[in-house]
Amino acid sequence: MKSASALLAGLLFGLGLTYSGMTNPSKVLGFLDLTGQWDPSLAFVMGGALLVGAIAFPFALQRSKSVLGNTISLATSTKIDRRLVIGGLTFGVGWGLAGFCPGPVLASFAFGGAKPALFGTAMLIGMAVFEVLERVKENTISKSGMDSHY
Amino acid sequence: MTIDWNHFTPWASLTGGLLIGLASALLLILNGRIAGISGIVGGLLRPQKGDVAWRAAFVAGVVIAPVLFSLAARLPPLQVDASYPTLIVAGLLVGIGTRYGSGCTSGHGVCGLSRRSPRSAVATVAFTLAGFVTVYVIRHSIG
Repeated sequence: MKSASALLAGLLFGLGLTYSGMTNPSKVLGFLDLTGQWDPSLAFVMGGALLVGAIAFPFALQRSKSVLGNTISLATSTKIDRRLVIGGLTFGVGWGLAGFCPGPVLASFAFGGAKPALFGTAMLIGMAVFEVLERVKENTISKSGMDSHY
Repeated sequence: MTIDWNHFTPWASLTGGLLIGLASALLLILNGRIAGISGIVGGLLRPQKGDVAWRAAFVAGVVIAPVLFSLAARLPPLQVDASYPTLIVAGLLVGIGTRYGSGCTSGHGVCGLSRRSPRSAVATVAFTLAGFVTVYVIRHSIG
């Protein structure tokens, strides 16, 4: 049941990405090209998503459990730190280089040919590199006797 | 700045955005989860018992959706201008950056801003700004 609802949400998410134009890197770069021929469409994608989200999220977060009985799982950190900013900037450079971010590239696999596949593979490798580095860091911290939770 | 009226698709983009918002709201209301793509995919690389199936199902949905879309309507164009080497570098940066910064356009942008998280607002400003600057440098500075 939880997988079925996640599949449904994923399908809707993917349909939204496809219909909105987000799966077209050329269009995404048109949005990021502020000083050139600017295509404001992506602001409408974000606006539409936030219109629903800003109403639905506060409502959903009032509940202690989800409809299917899960605990509501949110990021607990409120720290605005170097990781957040450097990570965001790094992601933004990659986004600006190719015009792909993680959702749209997944929704491009079926029809996009070799290029989304190549970007997607590199993205997964990047994520795996992060996991390895985090584990090395966790091991170093726990070996030095400090609390490994951060 | 001049507006690119030829490519501007306000209605389709707004409608697509509404669907993305609806999907994110559904995942939160039904599953209690944030629809952050980089977090969902990243979690599959650190598999934990009982936490894999919903992630795989959501990812499968996103991947399959365009196939269903194509049965009902013509797919919008998909044009990738970046070269193969650029795609590799960009993919690595997006992979590392989204995990290091704990989210991407969906997790921070859509979901984080929807719950008014200051952290997500900072991240969204950071990656959008970096995107603007990167395209400026490539197209108007060195290009």
